[in-house]
Amino acid sequence: MRAFDYARATSATDATAKAAAGATIIAGGTNLLDLMKLEVMAPEQIVDINRLDMNRIEHTESGGLRIGALVTNSDLAVHPVVRRDYAVLSRALLAGASGQLRNKATTGGNLLQRTRCGYFYDTAMPCNKREPGTGCQARDGFNRILAILGTSEHCIATHPSDMAVAMRALDAEVEIESATGIARTIPLVDLHVLPGETPHIETTLDEGDLITAVILPPPPGGVHRYRKVRDRSSYAFALVSVAAVLRIESGKIASCALAFGGLAPKPWRVAKVEDALTGQEPSPEIFDKAADILLADAKGYGANDFKIPLARRTLKAVLRESVEAAQ
Amino acid sequence: MSLHTTLWINGETYALDADPRTTLLDAIRDHFNLTGSKKGCDHGQCGACTMIVNGRRINSCLTLACMHDGDEITTIEGLGQPGAMSALQEAFVRHDGFQCGYCTPGQVCSATAMLEEVSQGWPSHVSEDLEGPAPLSEAEISERMSGNLCRCSAYPGIVNAIRDAAEGGTT
Repeated sequence: MRAFDYARATSATDATAKAAAGATIIAGGTNLLDLMKLEVMAPEQIVDINRLDMNRIEHTESGGLRIGALVTNSDLAVHPVVRRDYAVLSRALLAGASGQLRNKATTGGNLLQRTRCGYFYDTAMPCNKREPGTGCQARDGFNRILAILGTSEHCIATHPSDMAVAMRALDAEVEIESATGIARTIPLVDLHVLPGETPHIETTLDEGDLITAVILPPPPGGVHRYRKVRDRSSYAFALVSVAAVLRIESGKIASCALAFGGLAPKPWRVAKVEDALTGQEPSPEIFDKAADILLADAKGYGANDFKIPLARRTLKAVLRESVEAAQ
Repeated sequence: MSLHTTLWINGETYALDADPRTTLLDAIRDHFNLTGSKKGCDHGQCGACTMIVNGRRINSCLTLACMHDGDEITTIEGLGQPGAMSALQEAFVRHDGFQCGYCTPGQVCSATAMLEEVSQGWPSHVSEDLEGPAPLSEAEISERMSGNLCRCSAYPGIVNAIRDAAEGGTT
């Protein structure tokens, strides 16, 4: 690990000021310190926000939930209101990492964790995300875990979070404080960006921005499912995951929210997939049509070709199970 | 840069003056000579370094000592000693919950805190019901302990030891 200066933030304003001056923010540190040991990341200054008052889960005036950025993945997963009203989020969190990591990893840090692409982690390899302009060897290399949607010729990395996939299905928003002291709230969909020609730019955050909370709208009701397919049954990243929140009325799909992990550089959600299902009577044919729309632009890179049929089967299984549970 | 950090480890105060790069694991092993906690992968993948910090099990290799100023830490030395083992340690011996023993301090620390999580009603990935009771089946123990690897593959003994200790038995 490269040497760095360490400072403990005394306030959110202090943290954003230090971050704007070049410091890297540390919260749980489970991803950042791993990357620093490998020298994939080598910050010269670290600002520790762990003592800031951002670890509460509170009801919002509109009946939703405000989750402080420092709430650990464990605390969020087991919170009674989350278990009861946002089960898809509990399920996604419990499907991620290990008990030890969930006790340390935070809500804000989970959103900002980096890809687990092997080429990003290996400093002996070129990687456009780690060193812009050096190229991407994942496209023709070991890409079993990498993306089939939203990729570019410069990067096919996936976003590794389970939590963010469930939050995407729940229409979460992200509360951000800037170095100029201005707070703003953006939809989660607008936090992460696709790689395009600049895979090293992963979010719309500016220098000095601090995620302070995630806001969930009022409980959506319906059946909640999170299905994660991976290479071992616990403590592994998703090959494909599906978050579903679905309601049935009078034998038809009244509403559905579907978000996908393991497929793309950001939590993936396609309105046309949901449109194709909404108002329809559930059937294998309509589920196939939804999968057709989801995967219309999917592109495999060899070792990850299997994700295209796997995503279809996982989506159909989740829809079938959700409908059965809803009826 | 050298930082001063005070840690409460197994009920005693320890003072550290060290480079901020020092992980909690390295501080406790190399600076305080409490070498029961083990360094396996040093990347949070194996769980050999598991300690209980402020009541929660964490990977001590993936956190900096300076982030834990004033925190209360329990290592394997704090759970039991030769001749005065914890119930879980005795169960590991009784059920052959190890072979080489390298992962064992992490397994025991992890399982100790895991049983506390269960007693607080935390569900797991394999729990049928997020809100209902989750009986401590083999599947539940395996899932909840998936952050601790055993390269000798003593898993059947580990699972039996944990279940035995949880039931308060002596079988």
